[in-house]
Amino acid sequence: MIPEIGHFLLILALGVASLQFLLPSWGVWKRDARAMAFGQSAAQVQFALVFLSYLCLTWAFVQKDFSVTYVAANSHSELPLMYRISAVWGAHEGSLLLWMLMLSGWTCAVSVFNRRLPADITATCLAVLGAIAVGFLSFMLLTSNPFDRHFPVPAEGKDLNPLLQDPGLIIHPPMLYMGYVGFSVAFAFAIAALVSGRLDGAWARWTRPWTTTAWLFLTMGITLGSWWAYHELGWGGWWFWDPVENASFMPWLVGTALIHSLAVTEKRGLLKSWTVLLAIIAFSLSLLGTFLVRSGVLVSVHAFATDPARGVYILGFLAVVLGSAFSLYAWRAPQLKSDGDLALFSREGLLLLNNVFLVVAAAAVLLGTLYPLFVDALGMGKISVGPPYFNAVFIPLTAPLAAILGLAMAVGWKRAKFAEVVRQLRWPAALALLLAAGLPFLWVGSSGFAVFAGVLLGSWVLLTSVHDLWGRVRAKRSLLAGLAAVPRCVWGMTVAHIGLGLWVLGVAFVSLHSVERDVRLAAGESAELHGYEFFLRGVDPVHGPNYDADRGTVEVTRQGASVTTLHPEKRLYRAQQNVMTEAAVDESPIRDLYVALGEPFDNGDWSLRMYYKPAMQLVWWGGFIMFFGGILAASDRRYRLAKLAQAPVSADGKVTA
Amino acid sequence: MRFLIPAALLVVLLVFLGIGLKRDPREVPSPLVGKPAPAFDLALLGEPQRYTQEDLKGRPVLVNFWASWCAGCRVEHPLLVKLAGEGVEIVGMDYKDTDEAARQWLQRHGNPYRRVVADVQGTAGLDWGVYGVPETFVLDANGIIVYKQIGPMTEQAWNEKIRPLLQGQKS
Amino acid sequence: MRLAHWGLALLLALPVLAPAQPPDAPPQTVQATLDAGQQERYRRLVHELRCLVCQNQTIADSNAPLAQDLRSQVERQIAEGRSDDEIRHYMTARYGDFVLYKPPVQRNTVFLWAGPFLLLLGALAIALRQLLRRRDAAAAPAAAPDRQALQKLLDEDRP
Repeated sequence: MIPEIGHFLLILALGVASLQFLLPSWGVWKRDARAMAFGQSAAQVQFALVFLSYLCLTWAFVQKDFSVTYVAANSHSELPLMYRISAVWGAHEGSLLLWMLMLSGWTCAVSVFNRRLPADITATCLAVLGAIAVGFLSFMLLTSNPFDRHFPVPAEGKDLNPLLQDPGLIIHPPMLYMGYVGFSVAFAFAIAALVSGRLDGAWARWTRPWTTTAWLFLTMGITLGSWWAYHELGWGGWWFWDPVENASFMPWLVGTALIHSLAVTEKRGLLKSWTVLLAIIAFSLSLLGTFLVRSGVLVSVHAFATDPARGVYILGFLAVVLGSAFSLYAWRAPQLKSDGDLALFSREGLLLLNNVFLVVAAAAVLLGTLYPLFVDALGMGKISVGPPYFNAVFIPLTAPLAAILGLAMAVGWKRAKFAEVVRQLRWPAALALLLAAGLPFLWVGSSGFAVFAGVLLGSWVLLTSVHDLWGRVRAKRSLLAGLAAVPRCVWGMTVAHIGLGLWVLGVAFVSLHSVERDVRLAAGESAELHGYEFFLRGVDPVHGPNYDADRGTVEVTRQGASVTTLHPEKRLYRAQQNVMTEAAVDESPIRDLYVALGEPFDNGDWSLRMYYKPAMQLVWWGGFIMFFGGILAASDRRYRLAKLAQAPVSADGKVTA
Repeated sequence: MRFLIPAALLVVLLVFLGIGLKRDPREVPSPLVGKPAPAFDLALLGEPQRYTQEDLKGRPVLVNFWASWCAGCRVEHPLLVKLAGEGVEIVGMDYKDTDEAARQWLQRHGNPYRRVVADVQGTAGLDWGVYGVPETFVLDANGIIVYKQIGPMTEQAWNEKIRPLLQGQKS
Repeated sequence: MRLAHWGLALLLALPVLAPAQPPDAPPQTVQATLDAGQQERYRRLVHELRCLVCQNQTIADSNAPLAQDLRSQVERQIAEGRSDDEIRHYMTARYGDFVLYKPPVQRNTVFLWAGPFLLLLGALAIALRQLLRRRDAAAAPAAAPDRQALQKLLDEDRP
């Protein structure tokens, strides 16, 4: 009964979403206030319906209702409760329902937090979000219904993919989807600006907190995904430039460009059409990601079970939504006039320059990801594009970005004197050079040009961020007064940039100075890796809730002193008989020690893979700190005070002559 | 006019994605098509003499890589038996298998092969670019590979692609 | 309902249609056949070669039998003194360019390798032209009270 209710609720939601699209649109066209206001009620009802439907599916999982096809395919009677709940989004149909839940959630938020928005802007936004909801709901109902039943009811489910039976599943997809879907709000705002013909500082100020919030969720989602792959896949890597990973990284790059471009538009009324374009592109990349992951067009470890028929539907949806958006852009963007001049050596000029690097990097990732498809479609052969290509291309494209970032923080809006800025930055520059020269030796015992450059860029970003903060604090009476006086958005910027600096440092060390060893050990033997002894005490069988495993005990010592004991496992999940490697990691700020069991030999020996990974933790912490910086920036007071709506800057909202 | 560029790029992208939906990204076409069959020198199943790529020359022949542990091979096998009955020359390459298992399998499912080569280590498979069984190579009378069927042989592939090629050889 | 049945049937049939793999062979590890420098080359090469039966993995990271075979081949050929290029050529002669994760620079990949940098140059050219151009005063001067508010906002020096 419950699944049928869930299904019915989705049908209702589709009806409501259609009305949410049609009525406010008509209201904007005919300037009918009631029709426009209807969007808000529709959004809230839609959210309630989708939320209840989502609960129905969760209930089916919790109750182990294997008569529902989706539950039978992704659950098992021995599956622990927390994985039963998160298995809802473990495969295609359920993850779509999660998408819809997020979309209706964001839409509901827009319908609630819009006091300072003109009625027609709110109405247009909600109409656009309604149209997107119509697309996803009909996709679900027509091709991917999570509530389908099948008879006869199997006695047992197929179990959730063991790769997904990890805490990472509980948090990574929801965070990621919050980010993906969140960019739909920026998209909606962009459409509203194009439709109304009004884009001014106020528009930018409305759009910024929504966009920053989406961005910070996406940052966390990607960081968690990478962390999860590291722990789960057993090969010690944390980023493979896999098509699905790229599908999340591209919107992030464009989203980062967007939040900075919005800053320029808010402050100086410049880059209007560029900002609108970025907002459309960011969400387009989210939708493209959805297509790539579910259509079977590209090969990936992370892809959902692929089905070209569904791919056709999403492609059609893409054509309609993105086609309309880009056509609208081509038609209306020429009318968005900027409020003045852009000088190169100003904050807005340098932000534009960094925008170029970010967008070209995103384009390069897109090119590399789709290139095998292009070549195949044109009959020009079959090639693979993997990490060697992406690393070779991405790093040169983004290194200048890190350098300019440090510079831009010291450069003022509209005006800046080159000599003065250079003078101000001499200490961060000197310290960065010092760190680049010395830190590699201290941290990993050797150096080289690449790690020098990486540490230089990472330290530069770190030190200029701290220096910027120091400059603001120093002007006040006391340190505490100074820190208290710093506005939250500045904290956000500083913290986020510090996160980036740490991330760059981590990546530099871990990419260039990791050490890997494959060995074959019998119980009682040991192997050496970068000064650490790995002693295999033995491998014993253990019995888990839904798996049987071989559990190794590896004692790690360094110069005789005990460091840690690791327990890598090789699990056999009983339901589908899949074998999974569960790596054991000893984490510390300086280095990770990583051990994974390989295969057993006939005589009882085991092959082991061991890694020494310096500064791996900085990569995760960098991501988490960027996330935190985003929270600070998005929650700045000026976004929350109603008073600022009366700011005299471009009050009438008209396009400047 | 430059405002139309994003829309134009979108159209190009959508066209490619549409074409992509019809392609199989996991299928690896063989670079050996148009080249002579790679050299090998292996024992035959149940016969004392050796077999090499030279023995494949002289007439058009299908070289079918199969194994007793391979589920897809079971799917295509009836078709192969039927083709052998129609006079098509098929040589089997028993990939990473044991002679005993192979014999039992052929006894149970029928033997369409003129000869069965025992590629126990998979060395021939490696040289022929085999990445999974079943795979079937079509050779002309001069021992040149003219086509590779990836996966089980199907009626459609036989009628539409392979038979015309073989008939072209005979004339 | 019918659709679900067909869907299930298809799912069950998939293992049959996918290329079959032999039962697991004993694994290999890089034994003492290679010295330190050779081991470095081995590691680099196996991280560049694609496992053809996997869902996007290198032969270094996969335990599929084909991956193990190819790893042994790489190890053997390094020990025999072949160069990296010769080993790559061995692989592409059998599997085509698909087996290389670093696409070779050739006619059908010119746009791949050159594209990003051409795009960067083009984008930078456009951006710099915009930034270095001295535009005539396009905007009408703002009304006096607005100007003060504007200046105040700018002086706040926030992101």
